Amino acid sequence: MNINLTMIGQTIGFFIFIVFCVKYVWPPLVQAMQDRQKKIADGLAASDRANQDLELAQQRATQELREARDEAATIVEKANKRANQIVEEAKTEAREQGDRLLAQARDEIEQERQQARDALRAEVATLAIAGAEKILESSVDAKAHSEMLDKLSAEL
Amino acid sequence: MAGESPAEYIQHHLTNLTYGKLPAGFERNGTELQEATWTMAQSAEEARAMGFMAFHVDTLFMSALTGIIFLVLFRMVARNATSDQPGKLQNLVEMVVEFTQDLVKNTFHGRNPMIGPIALTVFVWVFLQNSLKLIPVDYIPALTSAIGIEYTKIVPTTDPNATFGMAIGVFLMVLYYSIKVKGVGGFTKELTFSPFNHWSLSWFNLILETVGLLTKPFSLALRLFGNMYAGEVIFILIALLPFWAQWALQVPWLIFHILVVTLQAFIFMVLTIVYLSMAHEEH
Repeated sequence: MNINLTMIGQTIGFFIFIVFCVKYVWPPLVQAMQDRQKKIADGLAASDRANQDLELAQQRATQELREARDEAATIVEKANKRANQIVEEAKTEAREQGDRLLAQARDEIEQERQQARDALRAEVATLAIAGAEKILESSVDAKAHSEMLDKLSAEL
Repeated sequence: MAGESPAEYIQHHLTNLTYGKLPAGFERNGTELQEATWTMAQSAEEARAMGFMAFHVDTLFMSALTGIIFLVLFRMVARNATSDQPGKLQNLVEMVVEFTQDLVKNTFHGRNPMIGPIALTVFVWVFLQNSLKLIPVDYIPALTSAIGIEYTKIVPTTDPNATFGMAIGVFLMVLYYSIKVKGVGGFTKELTFSPFNHWSLSWFNLILETVGLLTKPFSLALRLFGNMYAGEVIFILIALLPFWAQWALQVPWLIFHILVVTLQAFIFMVLTIVYLSMAHEEH
């Protein structure tokens, strides 16, 4: 256990090692560690941001979906109303047309009846003249006349 | 080491491989040396006779080796360091670096980017030097004696030269930063005007503060040396037991020393940081 030059040698070695460590070992290691810390922090921040974005997007999607549903409901309602209206209009029109056709038919019938009656009246006169002629030619027989008149009236 | 008495065995294990200058007039192998010669010591007496002019080759070699292992390993990782997913080795290295970084952040209140790497070097280097102790005490000496090297003491921190060497390094840094931060005047003032702030007591303050200052490297070196040396002696004593009984004591002592090795390295680092922090503080 002698104290000797070894001590000084050890001190010199100590300083050499320290200088080497200070220059070549410590800086790159600490740099790498700091870089990693920064990277991790950035990554966490990015994931936070992404989460927020996702939440916002979800909210927007929900809202848009609700709006779309509302709009669809409105459209369906409008369409229903319009359809009802169309049906209603068609019904009215049909009824009106029916009425009109009916009236027209009635008019025609009336007209034809009138014509028939007129024709008949003309016919009756002719018949009456023919009957009178016949009566004047043959003797007047009450019985025969009445029979003739009956025939005449039956002809009307 | 058959044929040795236990005292010789222990003595042998605690002797460093010494290269130094034998003084003139030293009697070696029956002949007296004519002049001072640089030579490898062949016995503990020779090593003692060399005095201050000697090197412990084994201590220097092992401490340099551990230091180089540390730097090469860490440099390799540092060069390939990625900020993406780190590999296993990088993870380990980063764990150590982060550990020292946190410690420096909590303990050191000044602003000096040098303290981190200093603390890292101290911690890992001392840890590796201490770790050599976990190699069974006879392995390396048996190998080296097989190639003709008589003495080998592989754990540098069981050599007071190594611990004092590092403590002196810390002490020099304390002086350097004290003067750098406070200036020569400020540092002198600190040494002479506290704790008693009166000019007539400045001589007393100077003695007090100098003792306080010198105590730091002493306690630093002796604490590490004492712990490591005592542990080593116990290991050697256990190695004297019959081989079939050694494990009963060796295993618990070894497990305990896994803790001691780390703890002493940690303490050495923490005290280094604290002393340097004190050097940065104005009183």
